[in-house]
Amino acid sequence: MTDVMVRAEGVVKKFGTNTVLRDISLEVKRGEVMCLIGPSGSGKSTFLRCINHLESVSGGRLFVEDDLIGYRQKGDKIYELSPKEAAEQRRDIGMVFQKFNLFPHMTALENVIEAPIRVKKVSKAAATARGKELLERVGLGDKFDSYPAHLSGGQQQRVAIARALAMEPKLMLFDEPTSALDPELVGEVLDVMKELAKSGMTMIVVTHEMGFAREVADSLVFMDGGVVVEAGDPRTVLANPQHERTQAFLSKVL
Amino acid sequence: MTNAQHGSAAGETLPPNGAVPTKAIKAIKLRHPWRTFFAIVIILIAALFIYDAGFNRPAYDWASVGKYVFDVRVIGAAFNTLQLTVYSMIIGIILGIILAVMRLSPNPIFKSVAWVYLWTFRGTPVYVQLVFWGLLAVIYQSIDIGLPFMHPWISFKTTAALNAFTLAVIGLALNEAAYMAEIVRAGILSVDKGQEEASKALGMSWGQTMNRITIPQAMRIIIPPTGNDVISMLKTTSLVTAVPYAFDLYTRTRDIASETFNPIPLLIVASIWYLFFTSILMIGQYYLEKRYARGTGMQIERRGKRKFVREVAPRD
Ligand SMILES: Nc1ncnc2c1ncn2[C@@H]1O[C@H](COP(=O)(O)OP(=O)(O)OP(=O)(O)O)[C@@H](O)[C@H]1O
Ligand SMILES: [Mg+2]
Repeated sequence: MTDVMVRAEGVVKKFGTNTVLRDISLEVKRGEVMCLIGPSGSGKSTFLRCINHLESVSGGRLFVEDDLIGYRQKGDKIYELSPKEAAEQRRDIGMVFQKFNLFPHMTALENVIEAPIRVKKVSKAAATARGKELLERVGLGDKFDSYPAHLSGGQQQRVAIARALAMEPKLMLFDEPTSALDPELVGEVLDVMKELAKSGMTMIVVTHEMGFAREVADSLVFMDGGVVVEAGDPRTVLANPQHERTQAFLSKVL
Repeated sequence: MTNAQHGSAAGETLPPNGAVPTKAIKAIKLRHPWRTFFAIVIILIAALFIYDAGFNRPAYDWASVGKYVFDVRVIGAAFNTLQLTVYSMIIGIILGIILAVMRLSPNPIFKSVAWVYLWTFRGTPVYVQLVFWGLLAVIYQSIDIGLPFMHPWISFKTTAALNAFTLAVIGLALNEAAYMAEIVRAGILSVDKGQEEASKALGMSWGQTMNRITIPQAMRIIIPPTGNDVISMLKTTSLVTAVPYAFDLYTRTRDIASETFNPIPLLIVASIWYLFFTSILMIGQYYLEKRYARGTGMQIERRGKRKFVREVAPRD
């Protein structure tokens, strides 16, 4: 088994004629936390969505462990994956969205056990037991039967994290998980994410929470205009940015 | 300090620094004298109308209404109308869902087929379609199953295979499917894109996403207009005389009336039965809507019954 969880080799993504990612290369090791920062429109979400193939890359290669994402390589030919194969690749990559995207017609617990039952064919009893454990782990032991509409934003996001964890992912992607939250609710979600990082989960986090990046991340990547402008140890990059675009961005957000 | 007095109108809560509890407001209810006035006027008019209809208008012939409303022929016809409605709606809904999914699919062939279907069946009157179905046996004398240009494996005469009732159901169902397709499509499009994404990100297939995530949420949008369509279908069945099918409620009462030369009481009889079915359908719709309101904070409550009367009755 390799030590590398995610490897991007010259990833390019175009929407029509609009090139959103140009030649992104980076590596995330198993158990590492990478934070991704950058101005609006720089392609952060697009890059995350490429990693679990919600978007397909237009050029370059993207590997999770040793799987080429979205394609199958045979000799020097590359074949598109069928929807079924793509779904199989996705199921052990968890994703948490800015707007939570909980299923509103299901209770917290039903949200968490849905995919294990349908996708992994886990028995309902086993999924329920595991789902309760996970909800307790994110501090929602008393909210099993609540519908999303009756939960605060912070609680909803924690359910969303538990829902992703229920699939036993090897990698978790977070797309601005705290950006839609009231300031006093940000902490409770970050705490869950810190605990998750400590437990050894590999994570890629798009965030504007520089405190979190400084404290938890193993590496920090600054993106702008679809390229990686600067990458490195978060404390070094934040304290002493080399590139002037990084400096300009950080002076605005810090 | 004055803040505490302004603060809570609830009365129960103590002000923060433990001072005197604020009292509950005992307000005199706002009165609506004009509402009462208009209610009385309307009740009076209605009473006059009913009195007049009951005693001064022999053409209503209430005795005949009473005699025919439970006539076996009428009850049989009412049951036929109900069957026509139920069968054509079930087929119409299933076909409508398929057409809606086809229209939303990325496959250009599915999309065009669905589009042409909608164009044809929404673009022509249902009455004309029913006449066409009635003439099916004239156009296609036999129904053959097999490969083109070869001797068919199975072949039967159209008139033997499809009786007037079946043709009526087919005609109504295929027309309804076109309308249902649009209702279902609007419902599916109303579901937030993020839902599909979250479901996909969990590894759920397109089918699982549709069944478990998208359609259940689309239902809330789909049910009210579908209920409307069911009620509308109940009444559209009166057009099956075009096929011609003569045993639905309207055609049957009309035929009885032409024997007795007394049309008005039989029109009332038919109306009573249509209203009876419509009322039952409205109750069904109410409970379906509540069922799919899960998670929106509008579930059935303990006092469901009282709310039902308020919501089904026309609002003021
Ligand atoms: N589905 C799409 N079709 C066309 N263009 C898109 C699509 N998704 C994103 N884009 C474009 O790609 C660019 C990058 O978008 P992206 O959402 O990745 O940025 P971001 O870095 O996540 O920004 P933000 O901080 O605002 O979330 C934007 O210019 C956007 O308009
Ligand atoms: Mg984004």
